[in-house]
Amino acid sequence: MAPLLEVSDLRIQFQTDDGLVRAVDGLSFTLERGRTLGIVGESGSGKSVTSMGIMGLHQGTKARITGYIRLDGEDLVSASPARVRELRGSKMSMIFQDPLSSLHPYYTVGAQIMEAYRVHNKVSKQAARNHAVDLLGRVGIPTPESRLDDYPHQFSGGMRQRVMIAMALSCDPELLIADEPTTALDVTVQAQILDLISTLQSEFGSAVIIITHDLGVVAELSDDILVMYAGRIAEYGAAADIFGRPDHPYTWGLLASMPRLDRARETRLVPIPGTPPSLIRVPPGCPFHPRCRYTELVGGHRCQTDVPPLREAVTPGHAAACHLTADQRARQWADLSADKLPGEVQADEAAGEPEAREPV
Amino acid sequence: MTEQTQTPPAPETGRAAGTESDGDALLQVTDLVRHFPVTRGVVFRHKVGAVRAVDGINLSVARGRTLGLVGESGCGKTTTGRLLTRLDEPTSGQIVIDGHDVTHLRAGQMRPMRREIQMIFQDPYSSLNPRHTVGAIVGAPLRLQKVNVAGGVKRNVQELLELVGLNPEHYNRYPHEFSGGQRQRIGIARTLALRPKLIVADEPVSALDVSIQAQVINLLEDLQDELGLTYVVIAHDLSVVRHISDQVAVMYLGKIVEIADRDKLYFKPRHPYTVALLSAVPVPEPLSSPTGQRERRQRIRLEGDVPSPLLPPPACRFHTRCWKAQAICRTEEPPLRELIPGHQVACHFPENTPQVPEGSPESTPQPA
Repeated sequence: MAPLLEVSDLRIQFQTDDGLVRAVDGLSFTLERGRTLGIVGESGSGKSVTSMGIMGLHQGTKARITGYIRLDGEDLVSASPARVRELRGSKMSMIFQDPLSSLHPYYTVGAQIMEAYRVHNKVSKQAARNHAVDLLGRVGIPTPESRLDDYPHQFSGGMRQRVMIAMALSCDPELLIADEPTTALDVTVQAQILDLISTLQSEFGSAVIIITHDLGVVAELSDDILVMYAGRIAEYGAAADIFGRPDHPYTWGLLASMPRLDRARETRLVPIPGTPPSLIRVPPGCPFHPRCRYTELVGGHRCQTDVPPLREAVTPGHAAACHLTADQRARQWADLSADKLPGEVQADEAAGEPEAREPV
Repeated sequence: MTEQTQTPPAPETGRAAGTESDGDALLQVTDLVRHFPVTRGVVFRHKVGAVRAVDGINLSVARGRTLGLVGESGCGKTTTGRLLTRLDEPTSGQIVIDGHDVTHLRAGQMRPMRREIQMIFQDPYSSLNPRHTVGAIVGAPLRLQKVNVAGGVKRNVQELLELVGLNPEHYNRYPHEFSGGQRQRIGIARTLALRPKLIVADEPVSALDVSIQAQVINLLEDLQDELGLTYVVIAHDLSVVRHISDQVAVMYLGKIVEIADRDKLYFKPRHPYTVALLSAVPVPEPLSSPTGQRERRQRIRLEGDVPSPLLPPPACRFHTRCWKAQAICRTEEPPLRELIPGHQVACHFPENTPQVPEGSPESTPQPA
């Protein structure tokens, strides 16, 4: 069976006064039904632009989109706005980060859920109301019949996010995109919402894309993970591979730079030097090279000049865009997981060469 | 009128009683309370209730150490930070900083004390004036306090910029020319301008990207070592707090429910709320095996949301969400008491407190 969602060579660019912003630059991935894809990246890595592109929310803006987004075989990039509108909300839907600003304050939550449902289904008001009550109950809102006529401000943050999820699920979508669904929530409420998304997914059988900067959240929900950097894929693979044997220096950097509760406390964190690049002036070659600690191992300035292709290294389905050879990466990761600092690693590797790196 | 010295004159309130015994505590907070009145009526305003944002907390931070304050939104951690820096007036209680009672100092009396306490704010975008240059921003405390520094303000500011890892030549740039992490460094440089002893950092890294967070955390740690700073770090991220703190206080609805040394608290949390909080943190470890079979991590799931601080539950405030709650929890408030040295808990039925003696191998395994 063909995958539910197929994105190939997607490019989304915005013309601004400062120059062309290459927000998404040649992104390709597929998503099967019933699977969860986690997209991780820092701010400005293009993850939200990608999700909005899939939802067709760049239509009518100045964005230039090329490539293909095929939902169930149907291309969304070339589809008419009317057709995308038909699909949006019914076949694909989205949960936004901030439930307070994405719910309309003047309408009751019931009215908002029913609207989404009635736009796509010819049903009576009463039937839509019953459906909304049912949905609110399923997302864990107590006494849904009475809560239906409440306004968004009468709900707490976690409850609002549940309302958003109920709305997104109202038409039983095949694709659900959750853009930072728990970032605005407290940690105990976040745990509830993550549980809910995962239960509902197995119930509804939707494919889910979860977009977040929190590696913990991705690990919790995803089958596959896509690590984005500067609008491109840095690494793509099964969750177990990405966390078990990450293959890209950027992923290593992310994992090493976060304090973790499941490990002994490190005396010192290892940050990624520098800052994420501007999408107007993406560095040539590998976009990560100005922050990478391993460029000297590649040699010949290839990191600075050649864009590394996304290649499968050892495990099928696990690909990284890096010039380091598979052997080098295996060795570096082994050193890193043995808690050796990258600086020491480099000193060992580049034996004889004086270490003269610009402090960033 | 110009102050010539860097040392603040002692406010007339003098030394507070009771601090002598705790000689090394830079910050001592006793029964701190902040209630925000809720009023009705336009002409005849009358008080109908109070948001009990901070409801009687006791803290003490030793010189050169870091206290982490954690809790969910609405637990009063930010209000506590604002009270400590006296950006807000406490309803009652006492704050003693370096032997000086600052609880009810007026703005003018507080001014010399401001050199001792500074704050790092959460949002590096809104906490820097976009119309001022970096030099003006970082130098502002020096000018406001009329401090005569050797070598002039400009040179001092450039040294500060260098100290926080920024290029001193960027003195004349504006905040928009910097990234989020760099802006947070500018904010830190401003905080350090007056060489304070105590820094209250309210969510210092939560607005930053993961890869930048580590840079700022490391910077805060280096500065502490170099300048002997004392920190109160307010954060909701439990892993960041564990990394940076020596001592951690967990707040729930305006009260401290548990306070302990970092390792004691994270290794063996005693309060059920702390246990739940720790187990709710998503761990970056894959859950699904390659076969697609998903195993669920064993977790303690709290039901519902934090109750409103306007009408906090009586007695133990956590009893509405606690899985161990019994009759006594609804009628009697558990006091914050020391279970083992250096570990205080406010709970009738603390976790990880088995019948077997402390430290024996039979003790309950730690969660998460």
